[in-house]
Amino acid sequence: MSAEGEDKLVMMANQIAAFFAGQHVDAAAEVAGHLKWFWAPPMRARIIAHLASGAGGLSEVAAAGVARLRDETSAQAVK
Amino acid sequence: MASPRAPTETVRLTIDGHAVTAPAGASVLQAAQGIGDAIPSLCATGDDALKAFGSCRLCLVEIEGRGGAPASCTTPVAEGMVVSTRSPKLERLRRNVLELYLSDHAPHADHGECELCDQAKVHGVTETRYGDGGQTHDFLPCDESNPYFTFDPAQCIVCSRCVRACDEVQGTLALTVEGRGFGSKIAASQDELFLSSECVSCGACVEACPTEALVEKTILEHGPPQSSAVTTCAYCGVGCTFEAQMRGEELVRMIPWKDGKANHGHSCVKGRFAWGYANHRDRALNPMIRGSISEPWREVSWDEAIAHTAAEFKRIAATHGTQTIGGITSSRCTNEETFLVQKMIRAALGTNNVDTCARVCHSPTGYGLKTTLGTSAGTQDFDSVDHSDVIMVLGANPTDGHPVFASRMKRRLRQGAKLIVIDPRRIDLVRTPHVEADFHLPLRPGTNVAVLTALAHVIVTEGLANEAFIRERCDWDEFQAWAEFVARPENSPEAVELFTGVDPEAVRGAARLYATGGDAAIYYGLGVTEHSQGSTAVMAIANLAMATGNYGRPGVGVNPLRGQNNVQGACDMGSFPHELSGYRHVSDATARALFEAAWDVPIDPEPGLRIPNMLDAAVEGAFKAIYIQGEDILQSDPNTRHVAAGLAAMECVVVHDLFLNETANYAHVFLPGSTFLEKDGTFTNAERRIQRVRKVMAPKNGYEDWQITQLLSRALGYPMDYAHPSQIMDEIALLTPTFAGVSYDLLDREGSVQWPCNAAAPTGTPVMHVDGFVRGKGKFVLTAYVPTDEKIGPRFPLLLTTGRILSQYNVGAQTRRTENAVWHEEDLLEIHPHDAEQRGVRDGDLVRLTSRAGETSLRARITDRVAPGVVYTTFHHPGTQANVVTTEYSDWATNCPEYKVTAVEVAPCNGPSDWQQRYDAQARQSRRILPAEPAE
Repeated sequence: MSAEGEDKLVMMANQIAAFFAGQHVDAAAEVAGHLKWFWAPPMRARIIAHLASGAGGLSEVAAAGVARLRDETSAQAVK
Repeated sequence: MASPRAPTETVRLTIDGHAVTAPAGASVLQAAQGIGDAIPSLCATGDDALKAFGSCRLCLVEIEGRGGAPASCTTPVAEGMVVSTRSPKLERLRRNVLELYLSDHAPHADHGECELCDQAKVHGVTETRYGDGGQTHDFLPCDESNPYFTFDPAQCIVCSRCVRACDEVQGTLALTVEGRGFGSKIAASQDELFLSSECVSCGACVEACPTEALVEKTILEHGPPQSSAVTTCAYCGVGCTFEAQMRGEELVRMIPWKDGKANHGHSCVKGRFAWGYANHRDRALNPMIRGSISEPWREVSWDEAIAHTAAEFKRIAATHGTQTIGGITSSRCTNEETFLVQKMIRAALGTNNVDTCARVCHSPTGYGLKTTLGTSAGTQDFDSVDHSDVIMVLGANPTDGHPVFASRMKRRLRQGAKLIVIDPRRIDLVRTPHVEADFHLPLRPGTNVAVLTALAHVIVTEGLANEAFIRERCDWDEFQAWAEFVARPENSPEAVELFTGVDPEAVRGAARLYATGGDAAIYYGLGVTEHSQGSTAVMAIANLAMATGNYGRPGVGVNPLRGQNNVQGACDMGSFPHELSGYRHVSDATARALFEAAWDVPIDPEPGLRIPNMLDAAVEGAFKAIYIQGEDILQSDPNTRHVAAGLAAMECVVVHDLFLNETANYAHVFLPGSTFLEKDGTFTNAERRIQRVRKVMAPKNGYEDWQITQLLSRALGYPMDYAHPSQIMDEIALLTPTFAGVSYDLLDREGSVQWPCNAAAPTGTPVMHVDGFVRGKGKFVLTAYVPTDEKIGPRFPLLLTTGRILSQYNVGAQTRRTENAVWHEEDLLEIHPHDAEQRGVRDGDLVRLTSRAGETSLRARITDRVAPGVVYTTFHHPGTQANVVTTEYSDWATNCPEYKVTAVEVAPCNGPSDWQQRYDAQARQSRRILPAEPAE
């Protein structure tokens, strides 16, 4: 797992967050929804792992979105 | 401005004793069509494609109560008129006219192309009374400069059909009649050779010529065609239909099909002439395999190639898992082939790791239009432009990228429609004969969203929004939030000028014109989508059209100009990793159940990897194998070095293509593909029009591409047994609601249909969102400008933007292997005189183009078409490798690469870059093919 690959995912998540932060919506929920809709599971798992390891570089909204994704993924796994 | 309308008034007249009803304003020649023998003519075209000219005097008629013998092509019908088209007097006059023409018409071989000779035969004129000693035009030299057609003035009758075709159909106005009386002759530009003139080689003049003065060289070389079939061009997203004319197994000519609903009988230099690649010596016709990319290729049988590929995929799936394999469908292949590739990836390999080249071009269109309107496609048909009062062109260069549609657009502009161009470059459309943009907003690359939001700011703050439309058709609360957002001072034209570089008054003027100028249409291209805010820009465009009520009728709408012939179709067919055909997400259990029942396999409910994700994963060792049909990602995708690293890291790369393309340098299996001339199927163009592709010759590689995918799928253990692509289309229709009514029978009957085509719209849907948006209420989305992370600075002070030119297509794999090379031998770097002078660069100098991603060398062209601070190039030539320089920044929503904004520096140099030298050596090594082993 390379740092470069991680950085790219962080940048992509921040871009997504920047868009939804500008909308009149629950930005964290929208970021989580976007990641779930468009990112393959390994990418989602990796960004969740990145959050767990300190969330370095993730914007506030992006981090909140990834946290929401993590919670939804966990809840789904429990079901 | 009035839109063209069908005439409502008719007049009654008598022609040769037949009672005839004709529209008021029609000519006698037009009214007489279909009655007995047609009135002979030379300067008029039987299909009314050109305006009447009245020069040849062959269509003379007699009219009761009127003296003389007027030309029927320029005489309008009148109530009660009694017309005779045949009489001894008329016959005498016509024979005399023909004799005069023949007296100055050089004898030539009969290729069946000369209407003058045909008329002479019909009228029994075998010799002239004017002898052989008179003055003729035989002394004028034949112009053979154009690679595709000749102009022989000795056979020209100066009827002006070619001039009118260039004026009225193509809109280039490159031809004229020079001189007077006997000295009259057809001249290109300032009496130049065709090749060096303004002629764009569209072929309209050749098609119009009633003699063989202008004729295709292939006809002169091979003789007239013996058979033909109507098919669809495999170049751009306009989707022109052509009559492919054959002589035996050889294609001798492509004639634009007059009944083609996308092109109405017009063509461009690519579709009309640039099909020689199909027979090019570079074409690889045998399957090949090799153990590693450092080895030479070994030609093998189809059986061995398919078995080897399947074995490799199975091995990798067993070793690393199915999610380490993926595929790329081709926007150049048919709908049926694309559908089959994604089916094989999902059903036979069991993964959603499938993507298509739309990822790197119009994926933001899909996201943006689906979010705002509910459908991932343009709203109009091409004919809609005939009704537009205002045309806005953003980030597109239609005269180069979509030339046949550009001709339609220019015709409407010559009729008086207003034009707004938003583009960093002064594209040809900004100022071209009889067309001049009312506003050109030369924005800095990367600032589309800021300019679009500023346009919205003016519309809202000046009270120009269409409130009635918005209240009826859109979500009012979302509109109010959007209106409040765009009205903020920071979104005003004056505020954004700082970073857009656009004169605020021009923005205000353009906004007022768009909002109040009548029916307004937006056409946009990759200059909108290929940005980090590509999807946001598409939504900003959709917002503008909603705010001004420009949806749901001819003349308006939002129209993405698609790059490749079947980009729309590839997207429709489920090529994206998150969507099944018809844009239904893989997590949609209902949609998935349909496919699972039809395909008898479970479908993964999770999205797969997109192309850049696959390459990233490959570099990291988590992605091992890929099947690439009809794409050359090494040359077309951004940051070539990263693409190369990704491909080199894979254990099995399968390239299925016509040529050993650049990607094949990193491949382990090569499967030779078939051209569009060698297969049956359908393409879907930029206006959602589904059109037939018809096989006119046997595949030189042995199989049509859908058959090859089927062979591979069978070898993978998932049998497919289609006997004909029509059966694949039947399956597409069964599984895809927007295609539910589509069948080959319907297409043969209707010629073409635009999706949605279903019970509600049995013959298709030319204009979408007529009674409401597909998603229900139109959604206004806030479009805050977020600058790209790709910044200029002291090391890289210029912004590079990329595009294409008329004679070349995409990575040039096809067009570089045709005579089109005479117009474009190499990619050039356009640079403003100011920037060139600062760097000591002279026109034609070799320069080093450097970015954070890499560097390449190419020649400079100094021009003020680009603004200071901006440079521009194309990516048609692998020797240039323009994408060595572009970066991996991409659209936030779709990962569409930001090709249009790269910070660069330019400096004089004296040779290719290290990368170019290394790559050239590697490519030459990689293309080695071992001689086939002799048979026992």
